[in-house]
Amino acid sequence: MTKPRTAERDRPWVIRTYSGHSSAEASNALYRSNLEKGQTGLSVAFDLPTQTGFDADHPLARGEVGKVGVPIGHVEDLAALFEGIPLDRMNTSMTINATAAWLLALYVAVAERNGIDPGSLQGTTQNDIIKEYLSRGTYIFPPGPSLRLISDMVAYTVDALPRWNPVNICSYHLQEAGATPVQEIAYAMATALAVLDAVRARDDVPSEALPRIVGRISFFLNAGIRFVEEICKVRAMAELWDGLTRERYGVEDAKLRRFRYGVQVNSLGLTEAQPENNVIRIALETLGVTFSKKARCRALQLPAWNEALGLPRPWDQQWSLRIQQILAYETDLLEYADLFDGSHVVEARTRDLREAAREEMEQVLAMGGAVAAVENAFMKQRLVASHTQRTRAIESGELTVVGVNAYTESEPSPLTAGATNVLRVDESAERDQIERLAAFRSRRNAVEVAAALQNLKDVVQDGGNVMPPSIRAAHAGVTTGEWSDALRSLFGEYRAPTGVVARKLDASGPRTQEVRGRVHALSERLGRPLKILVGKPGLDGHSNGAEQIAVKARDVGMEVVYEGIRLTPDEIARSARDEGVHVIGLSILSGSHGVLVIDVLDRLRKLGLDDVPVVVGGIIPESDAEALRRAGVRRVYTPKDFDLTRILSDVVDVVSESAPGE
Amino acid sequence: MRTLRPRGTTLAIVAVDPSSRESGGALLGDRIRVRSGSADPGVLIRSMAARDRLGGLADGTRAAVVILAAAYDRVFVETVGVGQSEIAVAALVDTLVYVVNPGTGDLLQFMKAGILEAPDIFVVNKSDLGADAARTAGELESGLALGGRQDEAAPPPVLLASARDATGIDALAAALDAHRQALLEGDGLRERRRRGREGFVLETLELRYGSFGLDAIGGPSALRARIREDAAATAFALIATLGREIEAALRKPRAR
Repeated sequence: MTKPRTAERDRPWVIRTYSGHSSAEASNALYRSNLEKGQTGLSVAFDLPTQTGFDADHPLARGEVGKVGVPIGHVEDLAALFEGIPLDRMNTSMTINATAAWLLALYVAVAERNGIDPGSLQGTTQNDIIKEYLSRGTYIFPPGPSLRLISDMVAYTVDALPRWNPVNICSYHLQEAGATPVQEIAYAMATALAVLDAVRARDDVPSEALPRIVGRISFFLNAGIRFVEEICKVRAMAELWDGLTRERYGVEDAKLRRFRYGVQVNSLGLTEAQPENNVIRIALETLGVTFSKKARCRALQLPAWNEALGLPRPWDQQWSLRIQQILAYETDLLEYADLFDGSHVVEARTRDLREAAREEMEQVLAMGGAVAAVENAFMKQRLVASHTQRTRAIESGELTVVGVNAYTESEPSPLTAGATNVLRVDESAERDQIERLAAFRSRRNAVEVAAALQNLKDVVQDGGNVMPPSIRAAHAGVTTGEWSDALRSLFGEYRAPTGVVARKLDASGPRTQEVRGRVHALSERLGRPLKILVGKPGLDGHSNGAEQIAVKARDVGMEVVYEGIRLTPDEIARSARDEGVHVIGLSILSGSHGVLVIDVLDRLRKLGLDDVPVVVGGIIPESDAEALRRAGVRRVYTPKDFDLTRILSDVVDVVSESAPGE
Repeated sequence: MRTLRPRGTTLAIVAVDPSSRESGGALLGDRIRVRSGSADPGVLIRSMAARDRLGGLADGTRAAVVILAAAYDRVFVETVGVGQSEIAVAALVDTLVYVVNPGTGDLLQFMKAGILEAPDIFVVNKSDLGADAARTAGELESGLALGGRQDEAAPPPVLLASARDATGIDALAAALDAHRQALLEGDGLRERRRRGREGFVLETLELRYGSFGLDAIGGPSALRARIREDAAATAFALIATLGREIEAALRKPRAR
């Protein structure tokens, strides 16, 4: 009998943690300590102003600077972020999309300043704009120009940075947005084809370069708790990708057809209730993307057990890092050939997923591909539908979530005792960043900055590649907001369709009916139907929660003004006045609830609308929730409030309490 | 908004979306599509649910428009969408613009829907689609050339525009100005508002009392004449007066 064990252990995947906060200096210290603890790559989290192309002193950036990631305003910030880290020997992944070309330009400029050949740079820019429209919300430009920026980067890096992954096609966020495995595979593939088709159509890309370009396309996946299905999912993706790249792009070299992907293990599936259970969830989910050697990830980052409570501390991230190290170095996983080859069960499930996904993908291609399916909201509507179904299954108990809708009794947890079980971003981070930005602006050469910006606009307008003038602008001291504004002036800004409006009515369930009856009765007392404003202040683009609430509110008979994302507190207050709403629902997941919600309350007071009740939902630690309630917020909902019907019923109570003539 | 605001023109937008028949709720998503409106005091957007009204308008739309017209230079009313015989909005506005997407219908469907008769301006959106948009514009033009409208000599303009690329918007603004100018020069504006007032009063009475109710005090034609004569009263006052008459008439036993 032959031994199935391989002669040597396989090399483990790149071990990293998605991190960054407050400032370049603070994040640099965190990265260095993570590398000392055995991390083998870096994964940079940028703050929302950096991701959406605003300088720290822009009104929309208020409250968001340094919150969900590190603020990078210019070349000196990026230099500080990588201080003492050898760029030519580091593997750096950047979660950056709309401003990806700019952040890569800054990275190249910092390398050049340090005398490092850009050709040696290794890493990934996420740069998948399709999923931003569908789920994550940090887009800036319309789909056409966005795709053009991506294809510019692909065309540029293939020769100038041959070890860089210019785009990381994300199915991660599709799963977060509610995608079934089939949808996840299909839409990720359709997105990859949209990018490659756009690159192939360019005059400046010789056909001989196409196979190498295909070989640089990588993917970014989620790993959910149904880990057996996840194993089949990644195997199905590998098989599909191999076939598609051969048929569509004629790639003969099997190595260049390999399905390369990195993973962030599912964060939104982590629970706020009994949060210690999340460690077990994370470990099991990790198996889905590491078990099968054939379809093993290239890089892995794990969330921390307490992410549903707030920002994780260094110790929380270390705990997750150790999960990876135990799996890679302590277990015998890396000693074996593929464990599932020849398994009838795995192969049958893989085949089913592959074929169903292929069908779904063909449907998207038939309507003109991924970009068309964003513009006509097809994909968004499918995702909202699956997500709604999932939420309902949890509400009804059909889907078990331990500690949430089953087995909820618990001993007091020593892990969550005390107020300091999450990281607090120092409130001075924003002020400090704005001061540093002002100082930087005053010492740069204004003439060079203006010339570099003009050059950027000229080149982009003439159809030239965005990268060389962006690198020049990085050296000249252009800021993130200025670079983005230059392109905004050429491309305009985009608002994506939401997929909400077309959702079918859910009339099922006696609980929905019961709340509907209460809404109708209250509407009669009010003299007109209960009207609610749902909106997201700040830059956080994760709109799924707000959309679910909007749909449910409509289902229980409310008139819902859904205002979407990226609103200033002033805009929200004025809309509330113009629309004459009875209640305002705000959703914030970025942790900037403190500043933004208080701002909305202030503006409402100035407009004489203090009698309009405000409710807030988001990732809000209890101590913050208490502060918000003291400031006048009527209710605060957190991820443990998963029952939408109950939330809406509660909103009826809130309006009823505030309505005159009780 | 991008064309009118720089000129200093203030504007109000009343956007009507459909209500769910079953829950009575509604998702009003128009604000998502209009960027930067709420920060500008010269712009007001009010979303309304159609509730159970047919005709593409909501119950309070007319009242809202009347009030807003006093405070803003221009009032735009966006309806649920117009299908067969759902053009209540024609009785409400001075200028009726029909916006159609390319490929949404051929000539026969336009004619069947009766939408070629009322609008003052036709706009084919999504002109960025090229040939499809041009074909739809062509269908509309040939339909209008067939006649059947009161303004046969000067058929209404058919414009191409793209909301996505912001093209054709200036031409639309110019067409709106030109139509307004034409109304002001002749007797058009007064005539139109008179007809609108009649239509609104009749429609509201019919909704409340049915055609049976209208017939009880003389039927639509006679009522129309009475409304015209009483030019000083507001539409809302007329509805109240005539409503009382109808109620009184319905209480009386009918003469045989």
